[in-house]
Amino acid sequence: MKMNGARIMLECLKKEGVDTIFGYPGGTVINIYDELFGFKEIRHILPRHEQAGTHAADGYARATGRVGVCLATSGPGATNTVTGIATAYMDSIPMVIITGQVPTPLIGNDAFQEVDIIGITRPCTKHSFLVRDVKDLALIMKKAFYIARSGRPGPVLVDLPKDVQIAQTEFVYPETVEIRSYKPNLEGHPRQVEKAVAMMLDSHRPVMYVGGGAVLGNAADELTALARKLTIPVTTTLMGLGSFPENDPNSLGMLGMHGAYCANMAMTNSDLIIAIGARFDDRVTGKLGTFAPHAKIIHVDVDPTSIKKNVRVDLPIVGDVKDVLTKMIKQADKLKDKVAEFKTGLASWHGDIAGWKEKHPIGYKNSSTIIKPQFVIQKLRELSDADAIIATDVGQHQMWTAQFFQFNKPRTLLTSGGLGTMGYGLPAAMGAQAAFPGRQVITICGDGGVQMNIQEIATLVQNKLPVKIVILNNNFLGMVRQWQELFFDKRYSSTCMELPIDFVKLADAYGAKGFSTSKPGDVEKMIKQGFKEKGPVIMEFKIAREEKVLPMVPAGAALNEMVLNA
Amino acid sequence: MQHTISVLVENEFGVLSRVAGLFSGRGFNIDSVSVAPTNEEGMSRMTIVTRGDEQILEQINKQLNKLIDVIKVIDFTDGSGIEREMALIKVTAEDENRAEVLRIVDIFRAKIIDVTPKSYTIEATGNPVKVEAILDLLRPLGLKELVRTGAVTIGRGAKGWKG
Ligand SMILES: Cc1ncc(C[n+]2csc(CCOP(=O)(O)OP(=O)(O)O)c2C)c(N)n1
Ligand SMILES: [Mg+2]
Repeated sequence: MKMNGARIMLECLKKEGVDTIFGYPGGTVINIYDELFGFKEIRHILPRHEQAGTHAADGYARATGRVGVCLATSGPGATNTVTGIATAYMDSIPMVIITGQVPTPLIGNDAFQEVDIIGITRPCTKHSFLVRDVKDLALIMKKAFYIARSGRPGPVLVDLPKDVQIAQTEFVYPETVEIRSYKPNLEGHPRQVEKAVAMMLDSHRPVMYVGGGAVLGNAADELTALARKLTIPVTTTLMGLGSFPENDPNSLGMLGMHGAYCANMAMTNSDLIIAIGARFDDRVTGKLGTFAPHAKIIHVDVDPTSIKKNVRVDLPIVGDVKDVLTKMIKQADKLKDKVAEFKTGLASWHGDIAGWKEKHPIGYKNSSTIIKPQFVIQKLRELSDADAIIATDVGQHQMWTAQFFQFNKPRTLLTSGGLGTMGYGLPAAMGAQAAFPGRQVITICGDGGVQMNIQEIATLVQNKLPVKIVILNNNFLGMVRQWQELFFDKRYSSTCMELPIDFVKLADAYGAKGFSTSKPGDVEKMIKQGFKEKGPVIMEFKIAREEKVLPMVPAGAALNEMVLNA
Repeated sequence: MQHTISVLVENEFGVLSRVAGLFSGRGFNIDSVSVAPTNEEGMSRMTIVTRGDEQILEQINKQLNKLIDVIKVIDFTDGSGIEREMALIKVTAEDENRAEVLRIVDIFRAKIIDVTPKSYTIEATGNPVKVEAILDLLRPLGLKELVRTGAVTIGRGAKGWKG
């Protein structure tokens, strides 16, 4: 059947199984909006800012594992998506971003609301397409989704000029797609896997170091099975949280700058690091020259560029982590005797780790007069559903969440790791709630970051998305203040949010419910009250203003040079 | 260390900026780059001369391969390629210098492609070292203008990369 480009775009989304998109109208997408009018199969959610729409698509993708989709008009609409695209790119989140563009004859003429969005986003997209002929549109959409979700996932932008939306052609959606220049290598090499298992069984102080790749690759079960089978301790990055249950005795928690003492000590003293879907980011390794000085390194990743980028690697395995871990389990099963002997040999390593855990557990000093943020996080864990989805913003509250919430399931923590984007939490929670209307979705924010996309409370109320917004209010840009305290003689330059905000009234203005307290004794009651509400809620906790995130590896220091209590 | 890499790419919109952007965004050097279509429709070939230690070169290779429009990356670093470059050189040629220019052109088997009473324009091809050598000899005589193509490279032996 003949259709116009705008309609074809929507039909393609339908074919890809897209049920929700986040979009904002404008002159160059008005034809798409006209087709959306009465288009029942796709739910369109109107955020109050395109950045939020992009983060919402990202949150949707992280929570579901499916491709998140957002839509924006040309020019300012498109530029407003850039932070959201860069956030998704850094964390390898599958997304398709559709932008309107001025009509093809006007491209390059500085037309009204023209911007070279492909040029602007080139360094932060996995790929992008400018559709110049409506006949190419269906194939481009097919390719866009395929590229976004396969290999190392990432955001793909499709720029769709207005005249292409109007032009008509026959709609045929390709069944399959084949791109000769893009063939991600998914199967881990069997010989390499055998070697890896042999190295593991020869080691005495092994650690599994797990990143976001294990979550994105849906490999949490395989990872857990292998680690338990071999009783190898597991530490995860911020992005890897949830891929291995933190309540497992072999969990070391998070490593790196604000990681657990035991995790960083285990890395430093290890003789074999098995890196799985992690990329040796500088926030994780500390000073590279002293990183894991005694360890051999096995590195499993679907993206060859991650391997040997920052650290030397003794055994690289390029492949899908789920495939590689499955093969590792099979290989270990063939070596039962060797495995038994290996496990016995780990006793002293397990002893060392238990010692580190006991010496400096992640902890804090509670207070009966002032609310400690860590206490709020612990109460949230205690009182929330086991499958609750937590979206954080960026700052101290993010690190306290990572340290104290205890994540036991994959895709229950949505957080901007690579880019560290303030303003991410609330809209990401919105996206997750749109995907899972029946699940508890909580966003944990700072008083700074929550104001970067605060307008989305309107979207929550309008669309009946009952996100629970927790604000840990220290009236500071706390994380920066902490650096100023530790490294700049407490010169709090522009980090104090001098104007106190009445968040309860603010919630009220949007038609949401708001609660606030500064009393430790009220924390539990208020959380229960907030969770009981059917709609979106703000829960503001006025916390100890100068509480620090500890332990901390100062930037550029070695992992074992942690500041434990400054 | 200098390295030559051939990159076979889809002849798609923006592919050149993707490759160039990769080098600038990641702080890799480009000494020269040349691009033109191959014999296979829709496929172009770039020859990039770059520099860096082994680890950087490995990253360049992998990062190029990661670009969706890149079909193949061929690394000629081990001397497995034959390299050629062309230079068009406009040189001052008056009085006794005219004969000297002709002698140099002759020795290097270059060609005069344009003549005026005050200048010669020369076409010189060869591996980049040879091009450098002729330039070194011509420079003292007065270089008015210089255009170089940058290196192009093809593998030795019977095996060929399609396109
Ligand atoms: C968009 C953006 N701007 C600036 C920063 C730098 N930054 C990182 S954490 C932080 C402070 C965040 O303050 P708040 O949201 O109140 O959280 P807190 O650290 O107090 O928990 C800032 C400014 C950032 N990460 N993102
Ligand atoms: Mg704050």
